[in-house]
Amino acid sequence: MDFSFTENQTMVQQMVRDFAEKEIRPNMMKWDESQEFPIEVFKKLGDLGLMGVLVPEEYGGSGMSYDEYIVVVSEIARVCGSIGLSVAAHNSLCTGHIMYFGNDEQKKKWLPKLATAEHIGAWGLTETGTGSDAGGMATVAVEDGDDYIINGSKNFITHAISGNIAVVIVRTGEKGDSHGMTAFVIEKGTPGFSGGKKEDKLGMRASETACLFFDDCRVPKANILGKVGEGFIQAMKVLDGGRISIGALGLGIAKGALDCSIKYSKEREQFGKPISQHQAIGFKLADMATEVEAAELILYQAAYLKNNKFPVVKVSAMAKYLTSEVAVRNSNEAVQIHGGYGYTKEYPAEKFYRDSKLCTIGEGTSEIQKLVISRELLRE
Amino acid sequence: MKILVCISKVPDTTAKISFTDGDTKFNEAGVQFIINPYDEWYALVRGLELKEANNGTVTTISVGGPDYDPIIRKALAIGADAAVRIDAQPTDSYQVASEIANYAKDNGYDMVLCGKETIDYNGSQVGGMIAELMDLPYVSLAVKLEVNGTIATIERDVQGGTEVVEVSGAFVLSASKGMAEQRIPNMRGIMQARTKPLTVVPASGSSAMTEVVSYELPPAKTACKMVDAEDMDELISLLHNEAKVI
Repeated sequence: MDFSFTENQTMVQQMVRDFAEKEIRPNMMKWDESQEFPIEVFKKLGDLGLMGVLVPEEYGGSGMSYDEYIVVVSEIARVCGSIGLSVAAHNSLCTGHIMYFGNDEQKKKWLPKLATAEHIGAWGLTETGTGSDAGGMATVAVEDGDDYIINGSKNFITHAISGNIAVVIVRTGEKGDSHGMTAFVIEKGTPGFSGGKKEDKLGMRASETACLFFDDCRVPKANILGKVGEGFIQAMKVLDGGRISIGALGLGIAKGALDCSIKYSKEREQFGKPISQHQAIGFKLADMATEVEAAELILYQAAYLKNNKFPVVKVSAMAKYLTSEVAVRNSNEAVQIHGGYGYTKEYPAEKFYRDSKLCTIGEGTSEIQKLVISRELLRE
Repeated sequence: MKILVCISKVPDTTAKISFTDGDTKFNEAGVQFIINPYDEWYALVRGLELKEANNGTVTTISVGGPDYDPIIRKALAIGADAAVRIDAQPTDSYQVASEIANYAKDNGYDMVLCGKETIDYNGSQVGGMIAELMDLPYVSLAVKLEVNGTIATIERDVQGGTEVVEVSGAFVLSASKGMAEQRIPNMRGIMQARTKPLTVVPASGSSAMTEVVSYELPPAKTACKMVDAEDMDELISLLHNEAKVI
């Protein structure tokens, strides 16, 4: 067993840190305040190859593994969760779905543009009435000659307005039938396809979230990913990778919360010494750091399983669950360590606190992760 | 256009500095190493810009053991075409300069670029020594470098202004802040770095001319003493008797 970073991971880490410090940190509070989705940053991330980390080189991507992918998402989230979330959603959901289930022609058509961020990708599963119970979706696609006509809407979709293409999973069969849903690629500008109003969110405010609307939206059969009826099964597999992605997001936030807590507690003095020297604070730092290490280990274990095509459902759910909860706990402690200043926007702790909460909700709540884990345990 | 860029390995700027062996050796344990920023941000990037504009090649050269390879591969990831590592532990400026000069003199480079100094030893000597050993002109502390045919026009920062120098033919230059902007390597560069040539050549056997007797850390910062704004006598007494500055 080897727990050390590879040379590639170290180089990627340094590169992402340099980028985040230069391009993200100076502007992130401005984007957060105004809920601005800074599209130019994603173009620059695309130039660096960070928008197609897992995409094979033949399709214009970076051709790296989940080992490097975790480094990318976590090092961005260590500075700004919002940008980390958008990078994660673009890479692992929209791009990932086409990469895993598209045919060669579809991959050649869409992946090179997604990998360079010429196109921003969205992915739609959730609806207003169905979150955890995604299989109960109401958006319907009806066959019509060489096309399908889609009607309905998708809710809480990252990049619903700015995205150039979306992969959406909609009903093509009976309700309750896990083989009754199909994945379509829909390009922006398709008549009847539009994005709704941007959600005003607690955190992750620079990552755009909105509804997608389908009003007699005609999509050619050539845009179906895989076979008709396999959309839901595909989506669950995409989410297996997505859990590692959101795990990396949580890990980054947990690390960022620890970083700023260590820094502040060494500077802030009370009762004649830095607060880090008071055991009450020192023990908090110890707990935070221990949880970060544990979360990181299980996340890389999930990456190892995924890279080697071993069963990953249970461990990726565990990794997503643990990293998300650690992100929330560490961010909470970061605000506490910062005291009154932690409650203001002068220090980064409050932003980690707001951003972290998405991790226990998005791409499967902590409760759903526990459901997945327990089902896997009982099946074994 | 054949460009040679000298790359040195230095501790990361946030590294904790300590010494071993009776304060005669730098303690590398737990220290993260980076490319010397003057070599990377200015010399290497300007070299790459010139190569891209003039269809040339950039080769990096370092004197060091296999522990140099990760930082050399970063230079390749940023865009250098090839790298040479002279397999010897670097001991002093003369030994390093002499090894580089011995390799470079037979390989017909149009220019040898290095950073103005390393951020660990701050010697600023290697560039000048290479030039002397290769019998080439040397321009130090350069902030701008333009090449037109065989003529290089170089700007140097001098006290209160800028000096413009012209050099004809091959030359050695040390680059200062402002010559180029840091380039962040992209993922493709990182992948390609593994397949680019990193040639390890045996050392020519140059030996050091100096020897480090010992290192010492600067004295630790002492605590700040607060004096009541009304109490001038106390302040003057402290400055006179304790700090001994007045």
